[in-house]
Amino acid sequence: MFRKLTLSAATVLAFTATASIAAEADVEIEDFDFSFEGPFGAFDQMQLQRGLQIYTEVCSACHGLELVAFRNLHDEGGPSLPEDQVRAYADFYEVFDQALFDGEGDFRPATPADKFPSSGLSAAPDLSLMAKARAGFHGPYGTGLNQLFKGMGGAEYIASLINGYEDPPECAPDDFEGYYNTAFAVGGYPEECKDHGHNTVPGSWIAMAPPLYGDDVEFEDGHSTEVEDMAQDVAAFLMWTAEPKMMARKQAGLTGVIILTILSVLLYLTNKRIWAPHKGKD
Amino acid sequence: MSHTDDHQGTRRDFLYYATAGTGAVVTGAAVWPLVNQMNPSADVQALASIRVDISAVDPGTQITVLWQGKPVFIRSRTEEEIAEARAVEIDGLPDPDHNNSNLPNAGPATDENRALSADGQWLVQMGVCTHLGCVPLGDAGDFGGWFCPCHGSHYDTAGRIRKGPAPRNLPVPVAAFVDETTIQLG
Amino acid sequence: MAGIPHDHYEPKSNFTKGVESRLPIIGLLHGTLMIPTPKNLNWMWIWGIVLTFTLVMQIVTGIVLVMHYTPHVDMAFASIEHIMRDVNGGHMIRYFHMNGASLMFFAVYMHIFRGLYYGSYKAPREITWILGSLMLVLMMGISFMGYVLPWGQMSFHGTAVITGLFGAIPFVGEAVQTWLLGASAVGQPALNRFFSLHYLLPFILLGLTMLHIWAFHTTGNNNPTGVEVRRGSKEEAKKDTLPFWPYFVIKDLFALALIMVAFMAVVGFMPNYLGHPDNYIPANALVTPAHIVPEWYLLPFYAILRAFTADVWLVMLVDFISFGIIDAKFFGVLAMFGAIVVLALAPWLDTSSVRSGRFRPMFKWWFALLIVDFIVLMWVGARPAEFPYDWIALIGSAYWFGYFLVILPLLGVLEKPIAPPETIEADFNAHYAPNVGGTKTIVDPAE
Repeated sequence: MFRKLTLSAATVLAFTATASIAAEADVEIEDFDFSFEGPFGAFDQMQLQRGLQIYTEVCSACHGLELVAFRNLHDEGGPSLPEDQVRAYADFYEVFDQALFDGEGDFRPATPADKFPSSGLSAAPDLSLMAKARAGFHGPYGTGLNQLFKGMGGAEYIASLINGYEDPPECAPDDFEGYYNTAFAVGGYPEECKDHGHNTVPGSWIAMAPPLYGDDVEFEDGHSTEVEDMAQDVAAFLMWTAEPKMMARKQAGLTGVIILTILSVLLYLTNKRIWAPHKGKD
Repeated sequence: MSHTDDHQGTRRDFLYYATAGTGAVVTGAAVWPLVNQMNPSADVQALASIRVDISAVDPGTQITVLWQGKPVFIRSRTEEEIAEARAVEIDGLPDPDHNNSNLPNAGPATDENRALSADGQWLVQMGVCTHLGCVPLGDAGDFGGWFCPCHGSHYDTAGRIRKGPAPRNLPVPVAAFVDETTIQLG
Repeated sequence: MAGIPHDHYEPKSNFTKGVESRLPIIGLLHGTLMIPTPKNLNWMWIWGIVLTFTLVMQIVTGIVLVMHYTPHVDMAFASIEHIMRDVNGGHMIRYFHMNGASLMFFAVYMHIFRGLYYGSYKAPREITWILGSLMLVLMMGISFMGYVLPWGQMSFHGTAVITGLFGAIPFVGEAVQTWLLGASAVGQPALNRFFSLHYLLPFILLGLTMLHIWAFHTTGNNNPTGVEVRRGSKEEAKKDTLPFWPYFVIKDLFALALIMVAFMAVVGFMPNYLGHPDNYIPANALVTPAHIVPEWYLLPFYAILRAFTADVWLVMLVDFISFGIIDAKFFGVLAMFGAIVVLALAPWLDTSSVRSGRFRPMFKWWFALLIVDFIVLMWVGARPAEFPYDWIALIGSAYWFGYFLVILPLLGVLEKPIAPPETIEADFNAHYAPNVGGTKTIVDPAE
């Protein structure tokens, strides 16, 4: 039993992880630095606007954002588009309104009160919560330490995924379905790239074609259109769609911690004072 | 913490008051969100005002839109309807007040005080009878305006009550033109 | 109260006299609040207040959340997002409720292990202990049903797994499972009834809390020495005790404030750390998550459930003896509930004449190992059910049962305990009395 134990431990340790060890395949998730990380982090308004642009021009073709309302684009702490721009943006979309046509329903242009449409492609998951529905960091070995120090890594996962498309490795057959991505853990994996059940290359084959190649959109302020930068922009935007109240939450957290610390100090002193006569002179 | 005893009385009290006070602040900070969550949420507030496209409304017709759960009549009046409305004597009216939320002070129920546009073409009013809340029918009644079938209230071309049990003129809600073809309610 | 001689409430004004003669509630509240409490209680005695506070907090945030939640399979997930995005302060209230459950379990485990170490379960406090065990089971049920309500992937599939356990009961299993679910699979009927019960059971828990307090107020609190309060006279009792208000109310509130600082930091800065990302994916019956795990606080019991697979010799033996009635799946279920049953039986399994672990040198090591075991079981409960985790889970489960069924009974016989102090007063003064010469006697009350 002990030999099996030692052998198993050695094999587990033999998996070299660039950042963290995944449950299924070995993946490469880069720990990008996002402006909203940490207790004092904040969304970068310009980055969110760039992300919105990328989503609109590229991702929205297949992916929905059905939990987000157009009016949220005007909200504080987000892309903060002016009201008239939000109305113009919403106007591009059409929504089905059951109340029209005497109850029969008809399409009408969207208003800010409406939500973004759901995914056009049924296989394309809705992106509203994607940044919270994925964890970029795991372990090590189930201890939860990576997530404690680096955060859940949802946005990092998305950015790594978009940035993770690479030329397929030599071992893979030419006609293998999907696109090779070093950040994707749960995709197809050709037997040819396995050695005694262990994967020889990181990542797996994802069904989604690379959405960005570089210069896919043009930013008015001339901001970089490299894949790595756009990946982070859209990941930050999706972090906002998933958690639009993040700024308010962190502020409340900070206020709460400070005020409760003050209360703790006062209660400590009060406690000390009332117990003093019973504890003799210290 | 080596304070001497000379101010012990006031110091002790200050500490207790400070602690109790901070405790009260924390409690208040905790209670307020629990109360405020019952206030209208963002999606409800978003529907507090809506915009209506009136480009397709021909003179002599009206559209009815649902706003905050109630019907709103938006009518494009013909010259005859406007003239009729302006010819009416205010003194004899059952409700001489304009009942228009857009005007700061109370005043007479003249057609000018009730119509949305200066030329009198556009009339916006709540489609809820001021008697017991039925939806009046348009182009009906003895005064060329609206007629409520429930208890027989007649409204004229300016939406003023003329005959029947309804006590008040049809209310004119907060409304304004945002551009030539769009009215914002609320 | 507690059989400890003390001054009772005397109504002074006409109003209080009038109320007291009609409904002696003032006296009851006064007696409860002012109850003589051992003066040597240490910081492991604060968890009761934390639990009571957290229960109230969960009920209040829960009632508020229900104002905005829709218990329908097509709308539940979206209604939670509505709370997170549109309801004023909704995101904070939701995160408080979500993490409040974790806080409650953290506190209850600390509270239980305190009881295990200091022998609080021993006579005459058995009923307090049994009530506590019931409350633990109730908490598990409440949290499990609450977790279903967001109708995420983990909500759905976790429910499928746990209700599937009832299907393992021999003969009646399938009928029971169908009855629980109101259907052949997890769906609308399950969601609706779990919603109803999730609202109801916390109030039952509140009632049990009051019984629990009544029970230990009747026997009197335990204390770190395990030595009972002297009950000869009021003067004697006053040497060993202090009234709960203000000494322990303020002490508890201080500890609670510190804990709330940490809680606020978690809610404000890492509210999803203890959760599972898969629950932000709407439930899909056709897609099973790669690893179905319950919330962290249920993991040790989940580990015990999974540990007893068909290839374990004990399972094979029991399967054979019972003519196949108790198969591996049912064995796991029995083991999981059995783990709580042996905990509840501690008063009768522990044979030691010494109450507190402070004076039991051998016991201390086995107890420390129990804590390590609990944490290891918690960790392994989230690991895939394969080598080496299956072995670790089995050894961990074996130790848990071994501790209660073998070690506790044996230790009482084999151990040579240290002499506890004569009185609580003596123990208290040893730590806090003026130091003459600077030497401290007896043991450090901070233990």
